[in-house]
Amino acid sequence: MEQNTKETEQRYEGLDVVCERPSTLVDARMHYCPGCGHGVAHRLVMEAVEELGIQEKTIGVAPVGCSVFAYHYMNVDMLEAAHGRATAVATGIKRCMPDRYVFTYQGDGDLAAIGTAETLHSVNRGEHFLIIFINNAIYGMTGGQMAPTTLFNQKTSTSPYGRQLEFNGNPLKITELLAMLPGSFYVTRQAVNTPLNVRRAKKALINGFKWQALKKGTCFVEIVSNCPTNWGMKPVESIKWLEENMLPFFPLGDIKVPSKEDIENA
Amino acid sequence: MGELRLMKGNEALAEAAIRAGMDAYFGYPITPQSEVLEYLTREAYNRTQCTILQAESEIAAINMVYGASGVGARVLTTSSSPGISLMQEGLSYIAGAELPCLLVNINRGGPGLGTIQPSQGDYFQAVKGGGHGDYHLIVLAPATVQEMADFVLDGWELAEKYRNPVLILADGALGQMMEKVELRDQQTRGIRPVPPWATVGKSNDRERNVITSLFIKPEEMEEVNLRLQAKYREVEKNEVRVEEINTEDAEFVLVAYGLSARISRKVMEMLQQDGIKVGLIRPITLWPYPYAAIAAAAEHAKGFFVLELNAGQMVQDVRLGVNGRCRVEQYGRMGGIIPSPEEVAEIARKMYSTL
Repeated sequence: MEQNTKETEQRYEGLDVVCERPSTLVDARMHYCPGCGHGVAHRLVMEAVEELGIQEKTIGVAPVGCSVFAYHYMNVDMLEAAHGRATAVATGIKRCMPDRYVFTYQGDGDLAAIGTAETLHSVNRGEHFLIIFINNAIYGMTGGQMAPTTLFNQKTSTSPYGRQLEFNGNPLKITELLAMLPGSFYVTRQAVNTPLNVRRAKKALINGFKWQALKKGTCFVEIVSNCPTNWGMKPVESIKWLEENMLPFFPLGDIKVPSKEDIENA
Repeated sequence: MGELRLMKGNEALAEAAIRAGMDAYFGYPITPQSEVLEYLTREAYNRTQCTILQAESEIAAINMVYGASGVGARVLTTSSSPGISLMQEGLSYIAGAELPCLLVNINRGGPGLGTIQPSQGDYFQAVKGGGHGDYHLIVLAPATVQEMADFVLDGWELAEKYRNPVLILADGALGQMMEKVELRDQQTRGIRPVPPWATVGKSNDRERNVITSLFIKPEEMEEVNLRLQAKYREVEKNEVRVEEINTEDAEFVLVAYGLSARISRKVMEMLQQDGIKVGLIRPITLWPYPYAAIAAAAEHAKGFFVLELNAGQMVQDVRLGVNGRCRVEQYGRMGGIIPSPEEVAEIARKMYSTL
């Protein structure tokens, strides 16, 4: 780690630094596959924490899945939850420390399959924390099995002929479902496939953190992401596949936005 | 002398939790322990402004406990057998992450949905693991409403001392029966220092804290396990609790915990009237188990008689303690049946006559 920093310093000697790693992100080589969206998403979450100046008051909950080691990279106090239970853990934290900024970072299997009950009830109670949902329509860590958000006809190691309604049921649009609950305050779907979308996703994350303090309900930011390794594609191909297949089914944009009064009166 | 009250076991436990400075409680209704949740939702927040939340399931409740304990809260959950089964995943994580917390099992009859009547059928689950991996809960077994109250603060102090989950294993009868109880004074909340490992937000003067039970490298995972095992040996050395009555020169030794110990005490008195030199060992900690007390009594006893409200679970630990030195037999009733002292005395006399 120390060596990395030295290398960086040497490389940029005599030049002005105009963009650097946020102080809230640990200077470590990530374990994610080349082209995976997790790295960008991690950075955005930590940029939001840095820009809001809330590092000392932020507590994160990591999931089980590819991002199980999120605490290796995010330079904030963190807890590793059991598979699917991150929002229950976050409830325990936030109820005991209501002035902290609490977030969970969860994948589709964690949040929308095994943890559906915890997710739904936390949002329905209107817990005052931020849920970050990385949806890449596949189980990455365990080797590419079908996820609750796997698309029709999408091939995975447990839907080898493509997802079929008859055998596998429907892909779950949990974000739309959560937006219907009175406890959700801000629900949005973002992506990190283009520079513009990366900037939009960051804005959403900043709002998600900031609006916790209003104590009006749960903030929920879905990030549609890619999984080149388990989709069996090169990174660039996976971005194209995401745009052509994921985004039509999971359209980007705000699904539930607080009113001006909500924000101003708080 | 503290305040005296006539209370149900479940209510005494809840009242003791408030007075012990509980910061948070997460629970889910299940008979025969629902009075704890009801009592706390009625009383606790109004008096100490602690966190009280009815979770959507026992699975959620135990994970809320994980989060609350992670930020240094003195936290409690209570349930009964089927609910405790649902909590086993979370308990394994809590033990692995070395988080202190207190949980209570008001044991009812099983397996499956079973019955709402008292049982000691969860002994194995409580003391031999329950969840996955090599871990132990510290298990306290009250036999009176007084102990239902006393073991709450004792339990938290043990949990905090060893960074380990502590279980109070009682049964439906102890939860429901009313007895006189002397309550400890109210402790002020929020005066305990924040533990250095707690994930309360990373201040600039320290590295980030991480609470996890994941150690993917075998060498690291083994090291964690060795550290846990060393801790368990320390607990075994320091924290065994046992009540012994007339065991010094007993020829016949009764062994029972909780409700069964109350019945066994009566049985002991009946057998004494028959002229039998009989004693009683009542394990108070079920883990760590009082093997030494069993072994010492086995030096001079001719036989051990174990009473349980199950098919024969603790008797295995008695046999480990006796280690073949004399005969060990067990009598148990299941399904929520509580045997009378007369019924048990009859069986015990028969065994004694064949020694």
